[in-house]
Amino acid sequence: MPTDQTQFRTALLDPTQPVPDGLTDGAGQPTTKRFAVYRNNVTVALTEALKTAFPVLVSLLGRQNFDQLARLFVRAHPPTSPLMIHYGAHMPAFLSGFAPLSHIKYLSDVARLELALRQSYHAADVTPFDGRKLGTFEAHQIVASTLTLAPAATVIPTVWPLFDIWRYTTQSGAPKPRAIAQPILITRVEFDPEPHALTPAQAAWLSHVTGGATLGAAQDSAMAIDPGFDLFTLLTLLIQNNAIANFTTPKD
Amino acid sequence: MLDATRTPPRLPSAPGVGYKSQHFHDLRAAPGPVTWLEVHAENYMGDGGRPHAQLRALRDDFAISVHGVGLSIGGEGPLDKAHLERLKSLITWLEPASFSEHLAWSTHGAEFLDDLLPLPYTEATLTRVASHIDQVQDVLGRQMLLENPSSYLAFADSTMSETAFLSELVRRTGCGLLLDVNNVFISATNLNDTPEGYLDAYPTHAVGEIHVGGHDADTDDAGAPLLIDSHGRATADPVWALLDHALAATGPAPVLVEWDNDVPDWATLRAEAERAAHALATAAAP
Repeated sequence: MPTDQTQFRTALLDPTQPVPDGLTDGAGQPTTKRFAVYRNNVTVALTEALKTAFPVLVSLLGRQNFDQLARLFVRAHPPTSPLMIHYGAHMPAFLSGFAPLSHIKYLSDVARLELALRQSYHAADVTPFDGRKLGTFEAHQIVASTLTLAPAATVIPTVWPLFDIWRYTTQSGAPKPRAIAQPILITRVEFDPEPHALTPAQAAWLSHVTGGATLGAAQDSAMAIDPGFDLFTLLTLLIQNNAIANFTTPKD
Repeated sequence: MLDATRTPPRLPSAPGVGYKSQHFHDLRAAPGPVTWLEVHAENYMGDGGRPHAQLRALRDDFAISVHGVGLSIGGEGPLDKAHLERLKSLITWLEPASFSEHLAWSTHGAEFLDDLLPLPYTEATLTRVASHIDQVQDVLGRQMLLENPSSYLAFADSTMSETAFLSELVRRTGCGLLLDVNNVFISATNLNDTPEGYLDAYPTHAVGEIHVGGHDADTDDAGAPLLIDSHGRATADPVWALLDHALAATGPAPVLVEWDNDVPDWATLRAEAERAAHALATAAAP
């Protein structure tokens, strides 16, 4: 019976399955180790792709632990597209349901951050909003305005000190994480995505604004969380990092 | 069958290298004999950012070859139309001198397995692969080159040799061939064939590009040599000798050095390209 690709694939990702019939070595003899080359190639390729996607998880867990995690992940969630630059989208959910690591509750958010950094790296280029135009608007026009973020800019909500964890893992000599909630804003000035720590009020403002709220309405929601919320501090951060694509002011 | 009048210019018959983004500055500062670059299509299928910016800068100084690793031309199922459209958009804006893919499969159902998996050489496979190549060439509006695989095993139900299979694909589809001499050496060693015998039976008239690259050595369960296509080291001496043999048959051709894992610094990779330049010069000498 001919070897079909379904048989081949089943045995590839599951070493408990028998090697398909009809595969031979150069002398026409059945062979196990030669099929193992393909098994190994697939597992190594997918594991390496995950290491490229999640370098902070590799640092946090250690290489050996990550390899074990990756072996389970690639069987549960093999890629569903040849675009390996986007592989690993299921990792946050996989980590949430992974009992052996359930005591490290922030791991899913770290995975979310790493996926978002990669998406930002490959996101479309746009001409950013020129912040100098802000000076030509009256305050009442600004609060009635709406904006959209650049494709490379995104917000990661979290209750964990995600920015501190990222910095502590990626920069030598960085201070230890503090016990605070640190949502993250990712921006890309030119080519390199950069995370910025936000306050929960700033994250709430961005969430409302990206949902279509006016800057003023979003400000009311942010000040309900933190009366000290300052709109212009956050607008300056966004403008300096080329994070605004469009700024729409109502016509008076 | 492809309309050959629409085929764009070919790659130069000179050394090229597989492009790695970490070489961007060093490569442009001191390209040595390198006049063209090959990029893996799927790494440039994001929406923008540095990958696209680098390609836009590089194409001013180098001819570009787009090398796909995700189309699964040998797959039992239909080609992924969305992926074929992504290839078309990349090729439309980049206008490369060449597009190539592999005689292999990598997609099964909805899954992408990220490896180049082997095919039995039968009439059924031939019909399916030829129809996939026709579809690719129709959608892209250009000739594609098909690369011979590195084989670790054979299929008992194969009814023809790999060279006969490739010859018939060329005849049916008008595609060109990417002759990977490292893969020829690996497959011949692993399957008790001689690499020179393979080349003598290979349709060298259809070659549009040649690959060289490094491999690792292992043994199988019977103690027989088992070479693995790793692209993680310098090209082995017998593969350079096989390049000379191939160039004698093909005449001047674009020769690419592949080094995809444990990527060395630019000077080391350029030295490999210089070796390819020497092989091309020797082959061209009267």
